[in-house]
Amino acid sequence: MTIDPTSDGPSPTATVLELRGARKTFGAVVALSSGSVRLRAGEINALVGENGAGKSTMVKILAGVHQPDSGDFLFDGHPIVFRSPAESKAAGVSVIYQEPTLFPDLTVAENIFVGRQPTTRLGFIDRAAMRADARALFDRLGVPIDPDRVAEGLSIADQQIIEIAKAISLDAKVLIMDEPTAALSGVEVERLFGVARALRDRGSAIMFISHRFDEVFGLSDRITVMRDGAFISEHTTSEVSTPEIVRAMVGRDVDQLFPKQEARVGDTVVRVDGLTRAGVFHDVSFEVRAGEIVGLAGLVGAGRTEVARALFGIDRYDAGSVTIGGRRLAPRDPMASIRAGIGFVPEDRRKQGLVMDMSVSRNTTLTLRTTLSRLGLVSARREREAAADWSRRLQVKTGSQELPVSTLSGGNQQKVVLAKWLATDPTFLIVDEPTRGIDVGTKSEVHRLISDLAGRGIAVLMISSELPEVLGMADRVLVMREGRLTATFDRDDATPETVINAATGAEPAHTTTTTETRR
Amino acid sequence: MTTSHALAPALGTGRSPFASLVRQREVPVASALVVLVIVTTIANPLFVSAQGVKDLMLNATITVIMAVGLGTVIITNNIDLSVGSILGLVAFGTGSVFAAAPDIPIVFVFAIGLALGALLGAINGFLVTVARVPSLVITLGMLYIYRGVNNAWAGGQQYFAGDRPAAFGRLSVDTVLGVPIITVIAIVVVVLVAVFLARTRPGRDLYAIGSDDEAARLFGIPVSKRVLTAFVLNGTLTGLAGVLYASRFNSVGATTGTGLELDIVAAAVVGGIAIFGGSGSVVGAAIGAVLLTTITSSLTALNVDKFWQQAIVGVLILTAILVERIASIRKARRLRTSEATNA
Amino acid sequence: MPEQTTTPSAAGSAIDPRRASSASRDTAGASGTAGDRDAARRDPESAAERTLRRRRLLTGRGAIMIYALLGTLLVCALTVPRFASVQTTGFLLLDAIPILMIAMPMALVIITGEIDLSVASTAGLTSAAMGVLWAAGWGIPEIFVVCVLIGIGCGALNGLLVTAIGLPSLAVTIGTLALYRGLALVVIGDNAVADFPPALTSFFTSKIGATGIPTAMIGVAVIIAFFGVLLHFSSFGRTLPAIGFSKEAASFVGVHVGRAKFWMFVATGVVSALVGIYWTLRYSSARSDNATGIELAVIAAVLLGGVSIFGGRGSIPGVVAGVLIISSVSYALRLGGISDVVLNVVTGLLLVGSVVTPSLIAVVREKRRARRAARDVLAASAADAA
Repeated sequence: MTIDPTSDGPSPTATVLELRGARKTFGAVVALSSGSVRLRAGEINALVGENGAGKSTMVKILAGVHQPDSGDFLFDGHPIVFRSPAESKAAGVSVIYQEPTLFPDLTVAENIFVGRQPTTRLGFIDRAAMRADARALFDRLGVPIDPDRVAEGLSIADQQIIEIAKAISLDAKVLIMDEPTAALSGVEVERLFGVARALRDRGSAIMFISHRFDEVFGLSDRITVMRDGAFISEHTTSEVSTPEIVRAMVGRDVDQLFPKQEARVGDTVVRVDGLTRAGVFHDVSFEVRAGEIVGLAGLVGAGRTEVARALFGIDRYDAGSVTIGGRRLAPRDPMASIRAGIGFVPEDRRKQGLVMDMSVSRNTTLTLRTTLSRLGLVSARREREAAADWSRRLQVKTGSQELPVSTLSGGNQQKVVLAKWLATDPTFLIVDEPTRGIDVGTKSEVHRLISDLAGRGIAVLMISSELPEVLGMADRVLVMREGRLTATFDRDDATPETVINAATGAEPAHTTTTTETRR
Repeated sequence: MTTSHALAPALGTGRSPFASLVRQREVPVASALVVLVIVTTIANPLFVSAQGVKDLMLNATITVIMAVGLGTVIITNNIDLSVGSILGLVAFGTGSVFAAAPDIPIVFVFAIGLALGALLGAINGFLVTVARVPSLVITLGMLYIYRGVNNAWAGGQQYFAGDRPAAFGRLSVDTVLGVPIITVIAIVVVVLVAVFLARTRPGRDLYAIGSDDEAARLFGIPVSKRVLTAFVLNGTLTGLAGVLYASRFNSVGATTGTGLELDIVAAAVVGGIAIFGGSGSVVGAAIGAVLLTTITSSLTALNVDKFWQQAIVGVLILTAILVERIASIRKARRLRTSEATNA
Repeated sequence: MPEQTTTPSAAGSAIDPRRASSASRDTAGASGTAGDRDAARRDPESAAERTLRRRRLLTGRGAIMIYALLGTLLVCALTVPRFASVQTTGFLLLDAIPILMIAMPMALVIITGEIDLSVASTAGLTSAAMGVLWAAGWGIPEIFVVCVLIGIGCGALNGLLVTAIGLPSLAVTIGTLALYRGLALVVIGDNAVADFPPALTSFFTSKIGATGIPTAMIGVAVIIAFFGVLLHFSSFGRTLPAIGFSKEAASFVGVHVGRAKFWMFVATGVVSALVGIYWTLRYSSARSDNATGIELAVIAAVLLGGVSIFGGRGSIPGVVAGVLIISSVSYALRLGGISDVVLNVVTGLLLVGSVVTPSLIAVVREKRRARRAARDVLAASAADAA
């Protein structure tokens, strides 16, 4: 199924940037096992794959943020190493991220030419020349933006265009766009595509990452598929269909590696009714019962984490309600949620789940500070005992309880987060990407733990972008897309295809055979 | 390509020049100053007499120069709390130089003062850029050290108006087109630094650094070098202020300049320079300095208890940062809703 | 395919959340013999852990500052005549008391990641109010109440602006520094009120028996103990470092970050008011410029005492040591006839040195690590190419 990436496509065009068999590990986590992509001049290559497939690691390697542990990295046919983003930039590789950041007090033109503004003979910035250069760039892109306007307050769509203009002015040979349309409206997406096509026609090599199939098929000349950290296949867009791509993205035997216990599902523990937050998620309703694991699937940006955060009380919501144990939960109050028996293992372990600079012991008992206290005072000894106790139960491997939790491996850090929440005796546990960035061994430990929790009657809401995890663990699968709940599947009905289709809005494979009416 | 032309709305244009002028950060503080002057003049027309205006300008000069210098540092998301001590050292130094060599050409004295200020600013700059410790802490420590050196050097000694050459003292009295010479110097300083910050690469780099120094580094901006430059510039300007102080005031000694730093920070903040860097202009800082020093005279002219001055300054500072915060919240909200309705 | 419930794994069986909070009823997570479980119950912390913990306690920044204080006192006692005397204790502590008092809540404010520059002005405002009310014939108890209320008000304003509106505390407290001092001027103007009851003023300069320790130190000790217990032992206090290190993670465990910071500002306000009272009665003079400038001395001492300006790190014992070190050196210099000018330089050097040194070490270490990493990458790619 793997197409040899070294053979040229139908039209032999010059390969500008090529990655072959790249491998990248972070500690025990293999982010990339064999990443390959070939960017040719005058071509737009779409990189697709599920979350965790290794796409962003690829982008980071191409951008010079990381260096591959092994594999071939070629620029214009010659081996190359980018030791830093600056070197990548200097070589002509420009990356546009989802959230571009311009310097707000500088003008548009100054942002484009930051650090290298044209100067007059006296050393002053030649504003006229800069303005003219910027205008020329915008003309080439077919987008009128006032170069003298201060960057503050520009929409993300405009900022992206300016970043592209910057890339062109740097003579970028390769333009990489990472999920560029996530924050754009329809009209802005069209404009961005027009710009991308213009660049392609002038000979740039363009790579973009997207989850939206209509965009992938609408813009790209080639599609590169990745899965589980490895290159799977490269296709010519006009010669392939959506179902084929989907199959390439998910095609694996979803064997039940997960020790999913058959749990007795009890009464409803938590019920969410019509939860809405303007612009983020809309009319989300579901319930989770005791002993049940409900998987919440969807693409990045679908709004799953946002719903969970609003439910737990970190963020606000504009309408709807949350009921737990039969009682209405006060919004915007995490402490009330904790007292009502909710625990939340957040997505970002380092910034939200743990206080990195504090010890393992204190992190573990942070949630116990009121339970362990008498008359408002906490005995350090009881705290230590509780922490050691939980560490033992979850088998957290650490040199010492007093070491900062930043010294632990990702898997053990996640165990500390879990311990901290389990210690509060929750009736409802939300886990957001519970095994992200964790080595395989610890992954299954975590799965066992979650399964066991459900077995004991805890209601679990599991947000995960890893399909096998969701399909293997969940009793029911909810799918969100662009802020709405689009599908609910029982365990038996949930297959990789049905879930991905619900998540991307692509047409289900069985409805049409010739699906390519998109062009 | 033609389709995107037609579809793409004209962005960034369609904004009237007046609107963009009004949105400038300097407008609030300039309006406040204008209002203050008008109100005071209505109540007491002598306020804008020739002498009155001259006094206003003289009072403002030193603060303006220092606010311009400190503003430059704040723009890079740093701060220099030692400026009061630097002023004291240079002022006393100027007195000492004149005492030791009464016939020395005044230009040399200026040169010495500026050099001393630059040196002290450079020390601060090195510590901040090399040690990567917040400038608040470093310059707090240097405030003590420089003050201590000043005390040690001066002891109980003071230099008075009689100890300086008459010509030097006249700088604060003689005028050019009705403007005192030292004020002319201040105006020149404001213009030069404003042009530097607005029209040269290193100047623009300072704004980038203040906004996001990591990104700035990524774009090839030599962050450490630029930040050091900002501190040296600040030191030099404070040195200049110190020399002019010795010309304007009747005594310099060990305690000269004590406590001045927070007044200067206040002037910069009121003038629209964001405390976290990346935005504002030294013109605004200069206007802020003028505003704060004018309040004292204003209050006297209005027969308001001069004791209200400090309190009013405090209210002004709080108002300035409040206004800035509300404006940025509004802007963010506008951005978010426009995207939400589009999505 | 291990889907059924065969033998529950060790991790699985032990994580019964219902047994979470009673560590004493722990049945030892790892499967083991009854004997092991008993032993673990009796002594959950291994000997190695305990030694490690003790070591950290004895070598932490707080402990180092205490050793430094003892060292400083020793040096001063040996080199400066008349230092080791009862009188020294008295005057040294009397001077140190204002800084010592404010340093307590200030340490907590900085630990949560904020700063308060308005403390001296609050003290000054309180002093001015005292003077005016006393001159107007108010009774002492009523005056004290008003002073405390002023402290609460000043702190609350700071707290609201920072937490409810989200303004940066550095800028806000520079503003309130001017505002409160300004109000002090408005209240009392140029005047000074000096005719406070001698009984009261002599109380503040009196000493306990023959020890030379000022009687007021009792109150100060209470304050130190209060904040020490609050920060290190109370459930509320233990959330403060978490807020300083990562307020996101703190809010995820239900900490009300804004509320906590608000009360810390109120605390600095109240203690500053108490300092205003102390200052007025100790010097028997109520003036608008009382306590001017001590905010910088407090911050310098707090930072010297090991509190990190970035938030999260710091201990009360360290801060107490920091204040006393600066006070001792100051007094010793004065006693030794050296102009206390030098004190400024010493304070500054201490402050700069104490923050620059660890930072420089970290910078050097990081550079070395980066160089090694780059070398490794090049070696790897060279090996690949070969």
